[in-house]
Amino acid sequence: MSAKKKLKTSAMIASIAGEDQPTTSAPFGHALVEAAGKNDKIVGMTADLGKYTDLHIFAKAYPDRYYQMGMAEQLLMMAGAGMAREGFIPFVTTYSVFASRRAYDFICLAIAEENLNVKIVGGLPGLTTGYGPSHQATEDVAIFRGMPNLTIVDPCDAVDIEQSVQAMVDFNGPVYLRLLRGKVPRVLDRFEGYKFEIGKAKQLIDGKDALIISSGLMTMRAIEASDELKEKGKEVGVLHCATIKPLDTQTILEEVRRHPDRPVFVAENHSVVGGLGESVASLLMKEGVAVKFYQIGLPDEFLDAGALPTLHDRYGISTKEVVKTIEQHVAVNVN
Amino acid sequence: MSQTATASKASTVEALRKRAYNIRRHALRMGEVQGQGYVGQALGIADVLAVSYFHALKIDPKNPEWEERDRFLLSIGHYAIALYAALIEAGVISEDEIEDYGSDDSILPMSGMAAYTPGMEITGGSLGHGLGIGVGMALGLKRKQSTSRIFNLLSDGELNEGSTWEAVASAAHWKLDNLIAIVDVNDQQADDKSSMVLNYEPIADKWTAFGWETYRVDGNDLEAVLEAFDNALASNSDKPRVIICDTLMGRGVPFLEKRDKNHFIRVDENEWSVALKELDDVYGIQSGEK
Ligand SMILES: Cc1ncc(C[n+]2csc(CCOP(=O)(O)OP(=O)(O)O)c2C)c(N)n1
Ligand SMILES: [Mg+2]
Repeated sequence: MSAKKKLKTSAMIASIAGEDQPTTSAPFGHALVEAAGKNDKIVGMTADLGKYTDLHIFAKAYPDRYYQMGMAEQLLMMAGAGMAREGFIPFVTTYSVFASRRAYDFICLAIAEENLNVKIVGGLPGLTTGYGPSHQATEDVAIFRGMPNLTIVDPCDAVDIEQSVQAMVDFNGPVYLRLLRGKVPRVLDRFEGYKFEIGKAKQLIDGKDALIISSGLMTMRAIEASDELKEKGKEVGVLHCATIKPLDTQTILEEVRRHPDRPVFVAENHSVVGGLGESVASLLMKEGVAVKFYQIGLPDEFLDAGALPTLHDRYGISTKEVVKTIEQHVAVNVN
Repeated sequence: MSQTATASKASTVEALRKRAYNIRRHALRMGEVQGQGYVGQALGIADVLAVSYFHALKIDPKNPEWEERDRFLLSIGHYAIALYAALIEAGVISEDEIEDYGSDDSILPMSGMAAYTPGMEITGGSLGHGLGIGVGMALGLKRKQSTSRIFNLLSDGELNEGSTWEAVASAAHWKLDNLIAIVDVNDQQADDKSSMVLNYEPIADKWTAFGWETYRVDGNDLEAVLEAFDNALASNSDKPRVIICDTLMGRGVPFLEKRDKNHFIRVDENEWSVALKELDDVYGIQSGEK
């Protein structure tokens, strides 16, 4: 029998950072403190998950602008709407599952229908916890994409999060941010001049053999996969689509059309149903752009509990698995 | 009370005390596997689980799906470690599973789910579901003319959720005398003490005002818990029953009782053996003695 110890769930502290990857601690909390220093309308509200969404940093810096609303996500959204009506900019935090599943109606009518300036921050988006379906927000984007007026932001790393907080403050209207919390990897530093802009997709890497269109932490994986494949002689482009809605259709179409023979992979930390993949697919279909198209995302299932690295391998979103998927299709294409 | 009744009560309490010790021991051993987690909650609720599983509940350990069983719903998925400990002690789950707690492909995931574990009735974790499911099951049992009962263990944090209070109102409306809610008031939630996060006191008055037969006890006083369960179950009122249990996180392990209270605790590697030793000392038991 193998003596290899089984991986542990490692629970709430599960990090998506690789072993020697540079990280920033609680980028959201620190960025919000900085933004709040320049704008006294900003308030922070949470549903008993301040510590777990990095909002505790803000609470410490601005205790009188912090509202602990209790574990009551529906109330959180209604109260956020109320604050916004009175002219404040509430950043309301909970986990993505509870924002999207439990509080949907309250976000939809109390916030989005009136286009109120509430920033909804969801922790543990997609598959970023091993707790099983109660905490894995595998379909949060699918749920929210159908909601008119709501902007959906899926940042890749700490750099994206830092910049997106200020961008969300400058933007007037409801936004849903898929938060990465705790020790968050820094990867976008490497791309000189990179700037997060709401509604804009950014080319990070150019490559003629394949294109990955990605959002969230899958952009980090896409970059790693592209680096690995480069060593094997394949040039894989990466287009980072940090805003999922509204989709930057112009940039996506331009990029895809620039090399019409490249297979397109859409990589997302989300179900293959209703997320970025299907958004891009429908765009290409509507515009009559015919390319080889593949989705890298989570299956349409309730996922297992377990350790995150195990689950990312199992469901095909680890770097290793992304490389495998691309090699399957690109090899065919090249030969 | 007659002398024999007193003696029999004393032996019941003594037997439950051993069960509570074993539940705490199993929970500590699971905690050690992950090195962290919801051990404080498990130690706090162990006495209530001992009374539930070894006095109040009608179950068949060999057949966890026995139609005539009482149903015990754990809405607080993170308390799974506590329920696993009770289910192990009851013989529903094998003790061998302890070493895999929370590990890949274990039948004991960190958050309790029905599909993984025998004896786990519902998938918890999205807090505030349990009591509403309990209302439906209690209605269903009545419809089947079943004499089985529904128990739902909920946390003080779950009192924050509107869905809980929808169920509280509904259970009274439907006169669900086959529904027993147990509330663990450990004065702890994720961010802070419950009283700081969202104060729900006076908790008992609220349940009473909603139409429930209400009991409030020290949840770490076995005799008091036993009496509350006995009274709640013997009562012939047509109201649903709630037993509000004030508990101390970490109970039974003095250094954890004294430690800063926290929803999710970390215990150093070398502290686990100390914890087991302290537990033995508190009970005056040699490890492993049943
Ligand atoms: C609907 C919902 N909202 C938020 C959470 C995240 N969460 C998990 S446990 C917890 C604290 C709830 O209070 P309680 O159960 O009393 O905590 P404990 O006594 O175990 O510290 C929170 C907010 C959740 N699981 N479900
Ligand atoms: Mg509690």
